[in-house]
Amino acid sequence: MKVLLRNPRREIEVSGSMQVSTLLARLDINRESVLVIRGDTLIAGDAWLDDRDDVEIRPVISGGALP
Amino acid sequence: MKCRVCREPAIIDIRRHNANFCAEHFVRLCRDQVAKAIEDFGMIEPGERVLVAVSGGKDSLALWDILVDAGYRADGLYLGLGIGDYSDASGRAARAFAAERGLTLIEVDLPHDYGYDIPTGAKAANRVPCSACGLSKRHLFDDAARRGGYDVVATGHNLDDEAAVLFGNVLRWQTDYLGRQLPVLPARPGLPRKVKPLVRLAERETAAYCIVRGIDYLVDECPMAAGNRHLGYKEALNAIEATSPGSKHDFYFGFLARASGRFQADAEAERETLRPCARCGAPTPSELCAFCRLVERAGGAPAPVPVQLGDARR
Repeated sequence: MKVLLRNPRREIEVSGSMQVSTLLARLDINRESVLVIRGDTLIAGDAWLDDRDDVEIRPVISGGALP
Repeated sequence: MKCRVCREPAIIDIRRHNANFCAEHFVRLCRDQVAKAIEDFGMIEPGERVLVAVSGGKDSLALWDILVDAGYRADGLYLGLGIGDYSDASGRAARAFAAERGLTLIEVDLPHDYGYDIPTGAKAANRVPCSACGLSKRHLFDDAARRGGYDVVATGHNLDDEAAVLFGNVLRWQTDYLGRQLPVLPARPGLPRKVKPLVRLAERETAAYCIVRGIDYLVDECPMAAGNRHLGYKEALNAIEATSPGSKHDFYFGFLARASGRFQADAEAERETLRPCARCGAPTPSELCAFCRLVERAGGAPAPVPVQLGDARR
């Protein structure tokens, strides 16, 4: 599957069928700090992914100046 | 995973609630959490005019969307910070959101209206960029609210923001900061009431809200913020949250319930030293407020330029 990562923006290829939670663990990404999107849709941690999928792992942490 | 409410397939799991939600019931959850925060802390009274501080990011756009949906009279204020492509993109996101919904967006542009941008202003004032940025935002939000006759300024601080700030303040025992780290800061002479209606939502939830609602927010992080201390605190707290869901909520709301009052005297003592800035009239402990000093050092306009409500409003 193609996996889009951000900050910096880059794309990686991950092989095999797996659940979202497994993908995040394999990439050493804390699930509290990201959302996973397939197409335009959010998917939960137990959703299954396969080689045909395009997914985005979108970070949700922002930390600029707080007013 | 099934939605806790309707048992349809879930799109998000929220471990601190030990629950999963479909899109419809997740949106309802977010709106309910904001409504509860507003009610619990007495943030906004019916009929009041609200000025939402809008950056084009997920939190401020989610907040504006939720407030308008709830029937509040909420306009937006966008500050152009002069941070290159980042500011260009954030301005586009804010304007597009307002235009699609027919909302009023007031704009203030630091380089145009005050003669400096954040990178050069920070350098001139010998501050880190986030410090110069936060200082500018606070001053200009207050100023725009006062000039526009708004009752309250609403900012998009979420649970992660508040927990991270609290973490930093506790690490250094900054007791005056602890005394004023509240979800509502009452109006005072020269300052509007300030509220944080998103304190019951984590930033993962505000981002998810935007995706579900089709809100096209700016995903990229501010280039000036990369590697700052605040982000480090958030990562540390998320590491704790991953193994102990609910820790951030308990940390922040436990502070409000059981510790915040102990620091009020420190905050009040600082407030009693405030007097009007000799240049702009904003409350300050010095002759000139920090914003006017920043403008002066940055070589910008020596006096504030009035907010051009008429020109910038849609």
